[in-house]
Amino acid sequence: MKPIILILIVFVFSCKEAPTEIVEVNETTEENSKSLELEINDYAGLEPYLNLKDDHVYVVNFWATWCAPCVKELPFFEQLGENYKDNNVKVVLISLDFPKDYESKLIPFIEKNKLQSKILVLDDPDMNSWIPKVNPDWEGAIPATLIYNKDKKQFYEQSFTYEELKTEVNKFLN
Amino acid sequence: MKTLKTMFVLVAVLGLFAFTTTNDSGGYEIGDVATDFKLENIDGKMVSLSDFKKAKGFIVIFTCNTCPYAVAYEDRVEALNKKYADKGYPVIAIMPNNTDVKPGDNMEAMKARAKAKGFTFPYLMDKGQKIYPQYGATKTPHVYVLEKTSKGNIVKYIGAIDDNYKDANAVNQKYVEDAVDALLAGEEIKEPKTRAIGCSIKV
Repeated sequence: MKPIILILIVFVFSCKEAPTEIVEVNETTEENSKSLELEINDYAGLEPYLNLKDDHVYVVNFWATWCAPCVKELPFFEQLGENYKDNNVKVVLISLDFPKDYESKLIPFIEKNKLQSKILVLDDPDMNSWIPKVNPDWEGAIPATLIYNKDKKQFYEQSFTYEELKTEVNKFLN
Repeated sequence: MKTLKTMFVLVAVLGLFAFTTTNDSGGYEIGDVATDFKLENIDGKMVSLSDFKKAKGFIVIFTCNTCPYAVAYEDRVEALNKKYADKGYPVIAIMPNNTDVKPGDNMEAMKARAKAKGFTFPYLMDKGQKIYPQYGATKTPHVYVLEKTSKGNIVKYIGAIDDNYKDANAVNQKYVEDAVDALLAGEEIKEPKTRAIGCSIKV
């Protein structure tokens, strides 16, 4: 009996991993060609992405290529998006890079790091009007992250490790 | 019964501690008395707010060399000092970052930047990073307008310089100028707190 269970386990695991890898490769190619065209919004254009009312948990990270702690934690958001895609978790990266840097810095950064998450660009200089709309407690420092689903929202003006990020996201899954 | 009483007291005391901690963590609010300091300037001299005998107040700006937002505002910070130092509100710039993390903000780099840009205001190093947490600054640039009174330097404005980091010519609201103008005119500051994106202070 025991060997059968073991074989079953091995089978289940290999089954789970093999197709994922193939899908990954396909997505990489797709995302790469897409990322060349930035989706640039003012706050009014961005706002719907902060208030989606479907069954997903959205992890929205505000970052910029010039922000060292943001760049440091980006891989954790990428990792989270990959590891939790079967849990209805979607990662959205909102770049606050300056328009003059879109071509010279932002696009090369996205391509070089092969970012897989959904990327939006926010270009809205009237920050005092939109920062409190994202969250009343946000002082304006980045990195900053918003995690939400259709029932609740939580805002974090801080850097994350992967473990911390997982812990916060799990609160939305249970 | 005695145990119950002890427990009650213990809970009450613990509750008091918890309350105190949350209350203290946020830095200054409008109306608080801001601490003075003694920080090294780019010319090697130590600078305190109390050195400015004739000042009516201060435009304290936490800023640095390495943050693109801070850089975007350099000329406007200099213009603020030119406009308001003689009126009694000098700019006092403080660099709050840990220079081990951001060597581009060390004293040598601060001196070079100030020289290149022709800063006429003090550009101080928050060595040991003791001052910015008391103010509650979280990012660069982060402005505190203080009014000198008999009770000390009172926080009158906290926030951004204006409403357009990208283009000084496209600014609609000059928050800091409006605040200082109001103070000089003895009027109420219409918008005492504003927000802007900035670079988190590096610890």
